Amino acid sequence: MRALAAIALILAVAPAALAAEPQTTLPDVEDEVMCPICGTLLELSEAPQAERERAFIRARIARGDSKEEIKDALVAEYGPSVLALPENDGFGIAAYLVPVLGFAAAVGALAFGVRRWRRSPAPAGPDPAAPAGEDAARLDEDLARYDL
Amino acid sequence: MSARSLTAFLAVLAVIGLLGFGLLQKGDSGLDQGATVPDEPLPLLAGGGASSVRDYRGKWVLVNFWASWCDPCRAESPDLAAFHRANRARHFTVLGIDTQDLSGDGRDFVRAYGLEYPHLRDPDGDAAEAWGTTGVPETFLVDPRGRLRLARRGPVDEEYLAREVEPLLPGAPG
Repeated sequence: MRALAAIALILAVAPAALAAEPQTTLPDVEDEVMCPICGTLLELSEAPQAERERAFIRARIARGDSKEEIKDALVAEYGPSVLALPENDGFGIAAYLVPVLGFAAAVGALAFGVRRWRRSPAPAGPDPAAPAGEDAARLDEDLARYDL
Repeated sequence: MSARSLTAFLAVLAVIGLLGFGLLQKGDSGLDQGATVPDEPLPLLAGGGASSVRDYRGKWVLVNFWASWCDPCRAESPDLAAFHRANRARHFTVLGIDTQDLSGDGRDFVRAYGLEYPHLRDPDGDAAEAWGTTGVPETFLVDPRGRLRLARRGPVDEEYLAREVEPLLPGAPG
């Protein structure tokens, strides 16, 4: 009976818990935006301008804004360069596509090179002629001196 | 020259070209005296539209880059406000450009110092870069044809304004 009551309680509370959006925090935002003057992530900056930016974010958090709403407000204030990561649409998507395409091209070039290398016949080097006559005798003599 | 050597030579040339381009981009982009100043439209700090230095053609304009978080900007603001009041009847205005600043902080700053001249916003610092600034505050005197006459890195004060700017304005004592 007690177990049934516990299950009923969990089922009653779970949808509300899932629906509730977690409260945005300053660390959530400041590791995804820049301090425009300092040229560093906001979380790394102690400049006065960074403190103003943090105050702006705190005020937005107090209003109940989500992280995305706060980032949009920062873009309205400072322009898109305030975002630490480029947006994943328009020209910004190039920042994600170019490394992937570059990596794919490098892997392709490597595979092509290895394939070509494996197919190529062994290089025909010069046929070292075995010493003959007096040379052969001298070689045998020299080698015999190293026999222990 | 074999094909392989040519390719290597071109690759080295491309790398050197890229390095050179990077150095040129980082070089001093400051405006020369007599150069036409940038006149891209910027949003008004007060909101509700945009304006540009071009809108002030026919007047002498003292363009002042500032930000509310900048201490030297606070120090120079009373002198700029007084100079504007004293000279605005002489085809002259100060034009503030609040750069890389929160607009609310910028408006509070304007109110706090009683700055009666117009202000634009430079949200991402692009305008400051186009003018070749290296920080804030920096001040530029633009003549009625839109050409640069004076540039001041760092804060201005009453003495500088009286000595360098005031004599250039129309109606200045001989």
